[in-house]
Amino acid sequence: MFEFCADPSQLSGLTWLSCYLTTGTHFNFYWSFLTVLMLLAVTAPVALAFGFGGAMAARSPLLPVSWIGKGYIAAVRGVPDIVYFLFFVIALDQGIEWTKHLFVCEDLSQPVWNGTEFRVCPEAKVPLAASSAIWHSAYAFATAVFTFALVFGAFAANVLYGAMQAVPRAQLETAEAYGMTPRQVFRRVLVPQMWVFALPGLSNLWLILIKATPLLFLLGIQDIVYWARELGSAKTSGNNPYPHGDWRVFYFLALLVFYLAFTRVSEVFLARLTRRLSHGQATLGGEQLRKAGA
Amino acid sequence: MKKMMLATALLALTAGASLAQDVVRIGTEGAYEPYNYIDQATGELTGFEIELGNELCKRATLNCEFVQNAWDSIIPNLQSGNYDLIMAGMSITDEREEVIDFSQNYIPPASSDYLALTADVAIGEGAVIAAQTGTIQAGYVAESGATLLEFATPDETVAAVRNGEADAVFADKDYLAPIAADSNGELVLLAEEVQLGGGVGIGLRETDTELKDKLNAAIQTMKDDGSLNAMITKWFGPEAVTF
Repeated sequence: MFEFCADPSQLSGLTWLSCYLTTGTHFNFYWSFLTVLMLLAVTAPVALAFGFGGAMAARSPLLPVSWIGKGYIAAVRGVPDIVYFLFFVIALDQGIEWTKHLFVCEDLSQPVWNGTEFRVCPEAKVPLAASSAIWHSAYAFATAVFTFALVFGAFAANVLYGAMQAVPRAQLETAEAYGMTPRQVFRRVLVPQMWVFALPGLSNLWLILIKATPLLFLLGIQDIVYWARELGSAKTSGNNPYPHGDWRVFYFLALLVFYLAFTRVSEVFLARLTRRLSHGQATLGGEQLRKAGA
Repeated sequence: MKKMMLATALLALTAGASLAQDVVRIGTEGAYEPYNYIDQATGELTGFEIELGNELCKRATLNCEFVQNAWDSIIPNLQSGNYDLIMAGMSITDEREEVIDFSQNYIPPASSDYLALTADVAIGEGAVIAAQTGTIQAGYVAESGATLLEFATPDETVAAVRNGEADAVFADKDYLAPIAADSNGELVLLAEEVQLGGGVGIGLRETDTELKDKLNAAIQTMKDDGSLNAMITKWFGPEAVTF
């Protein structure tokens, strides 16, 4: 990057370090932080939407819909995450390609699953082999978001389901007494009041999600933990301009600081949110706020 | 947002469908210097296999692209069609032949060796030997009676010897030699070389016979005109075994 970096073997001390920290691999490392933050920013709302849908379905008076909601929650919560990240993603990917295969391939006589091989015609590949690397990354990222959202959505659904049950029955009855329809009761009374009950559970999920991002590497995305390992691993002098020993401990320390700082920021934000949501609620927190304000 | 992204992606992809057939994707690990690794300065894949792969594709008039994949899942991802070839220092063995096909070898059967803190370390029964999961060397250690300690990446196997977790690491000699040379005598290669496997070849799906023939022909031309030997010497040093 800098001009004086042309011959690293002649450098020492801080100049060496400034060159070392601006190599191409390090920029990939810095970018991967953004990838992780972006994944979190996209996944959290999507997972919440999945959770909301799941909780609503589970509460539905229609029995089949309720079964679907409860089945989703039970199935995902009962199966180890790693199975989803290894098996589900491959199944999802093959499912998409198989569906496309049925539409775009001319020759459908060959079996798609042949022993351990999965084979569709080149036109049915998603993304196509010829498409640029950015589409391959975008596709991997989208499947990652979907998988994370599916897994965390089930946990969020259970939290929201519990929170909806926790809203005092008297509140809903009062709304009904005013003549509101069930939908109005749900929208105007139940949902605004349930968040304060859901927040502790949701904040747990958020913190677990932050730390679950290293699973990204299983999905073919190079995240911060992958790059910390790659950069920290010992480099021999033959082919590497910046040879060094096993430096993984320093890179993992940097990750530790990042994760701790991120957790702290999240905690501060969540504490504020709890305070805000407790306003005017018939809970202990709400009551304390009322007294303090009076 | 996600749906929109997917929809645009699908659209953009279908538009270029006619070009699709010609691109061959090659899976590699990117953590096995000097076979395949990440260039420290640029962050791109580089190494013997990257240079060889590009040369072979040029000779076979294929349009190739390297993709990185963890060693653990490198065969399953080939089978499910995420890429079409494996060039990752993978030795040709009977076990692997059962699930995938191999081209003819592009590295002759080379030596595996032990790397340890001192030259007099015992490596037989009762010793703890580190090796990378799913490698030909891990299989050999498991059968030798020594305790096998497996790691996901080659780098971790060497680190295990440095911190005393394992008595020695067993891997390709071409991988260990530069590490020993660099360690100022801290790590030494044992005089216990073992010949394993049928050399390193390109892994392919069993149904891709046409691609296999093209690559075999390309490898043969490189063997015949000596350019393969020159490339092996360039990356593995003058002592490396050539054809």
